[in-house]
Amino acid sequence: MGGRDATMVLLDKNGIRCDGRKIDEPRKIMIRAGGLKNADGSAYIEFGDNKILVGVFGPRDVHPKHMSNTDTGILRVRYHMEPFSVDERKRPAPSRREIEISKVIKEALEPAVMLEKFPRTAVDVFIEVLQADGGTRCAALTAASVALADAGIPMRDMVAAIASGKVADTIILDVNNEEDQAGQADMPIGYMPSLKKITLLQLDGVLTPEEYKKCVDVGVKGCEIVYELQKKALHDKYFGNRGD
Amino acid sequence: MADRRKYVIPGDIVTSGPFRPEQNVILEGNNIIATAVGISEIYEDSVKVIPLTGKYLPKINDLVIGKVVSHTSLSWELDINSCYVGFLPAMDVFGRDFSTHADELSSKLKTGDLVAARIANFDRTRDPLITISDRDLGKIDDGVLVKISTSKVPRLIGKKGSMIQMIEIGTNAAITIGQNGWVVVSCETPEGLSKAKKAIEMVNEKAHIANLTDLIKDMLDVKDES
Repeated sequence: MGGRDATMVLLDKNGIRCDGRKIDEPRKIMIRAGGLKNADGSAYIEFGDNKILVGVFGPRDVHPKHMSNTDTGILRVRYHMEPFSVDERKRPAPSRREIEISKVIKEALEPAVMLEKFPRTAVDVFIEVLQADGGTRCAALTAASVALADAGIPMRDMVAAIASGKVADTIILDVNNEEDQAGQADMPIGYMPSLKKITLLQLDGVLTPEEYKKCVDVGVKGCEIVYELQKKALHDKYFGNRGD
Repeated sequence: MADRRKYVIPGDIVTSGPFRPEQNVILEGNNIIATAVGISEIYEDSVKVIPLTGKYLPKINDLVIGKVVSHTSLSWELDINSCYVGFLPAMDVFGRDFSTHADELSSKLKTGDLVAARIANFDRTRDPLITISDRDLGKIDDGVLVKISTSKVPRLIGKKGSMIQMIEIGTNAAITIGQNGWVVVSCETPEGLSKAKKAIEMVNEKAHIANLTDLIKDMLDVKDES
């Protein structure tokens, strides 16, 4: 982590990236469902050096009352970074960036969660980033959907997320912090693997139409890898590895 | 059919074809997709998923245990371990000739009282309406409240009530199970009470074990009736 290093090689001639990965290789991912006793559902994810804890409450009464909707339940998401999650102490108050990511994650989860089954209630998702290393929004979204499933909230599908991007004129999977800082493009993708639908797509950088298509394809393939791990996390908790 | 029962998570395709989707499944194109973590069951013409997690959602005619949280001059509000509060109108308790000045609600049920009640009506537009005007319903005077997971209530009851009957015989306790995961145990002897509590907690923890009935039987030292 840290500032930009002008001499750093993002991609060497053998196709190996700055942290030793191949171009289509994600970082090491570990997901665990459950863990928090007082939350209705929870999940913990380690996505490379990212460490994120998610707690879900609900469906429950909406406070303040005027926020409730008589037709459907509402989803509220708070993405928060701990002061110690980055190199230099981050002020704990929600920043512009955190408010935006909260909204983006909320909108990425909404197509999956069947809130219309619980009118006049709210489902609250609390995301705490304990350690950040690039791609936290994807890791947070992945963990949030495991936590929602753990809470027993009806969902049409899980949402898996990963970022693809462009570094040294090559399309890569799972952008890390260095690649995000010095790379050419970063594209977080949220994807529902069974329904084959994209719920989150952002792009920071410049891509040609061909590169754009390739970037989406690479991202969707990455989401399928993440999905298998989400599945495993839930199977481990509920079926004790007896799952298929 | 070897794979009649399957472990599923949201998004898993349970089966495809002309089936009627029941609890916790949706029809998406030609596929039946699970919407909860649980065990899928395929019947002749329908499919459902038995959830392993989640909150209690009121269903008409369910027996529930509620705790009085507050009252107005016309009704009580009960915590029924759900995302909605149970609504118990005063007329249900005092009868048709209930009047707001003659009858004091707290004379019948006080905040904190436990009540065995039935869901009389529930739809998505209003809070569940509950009733206690039936046999075996009403205020619970003695007993201990044990909270278990809603999804494990069927396991505690067992096939045709086998599990609960056995615990009752083995401990001499009277047990009332609410569909909302709240269970009231009352027993004349403290030993029976603690044994029954232990058995219920064991069912809650080990619900997935196949021969749980035998395990509980050994623990309670129940002799076969035959």
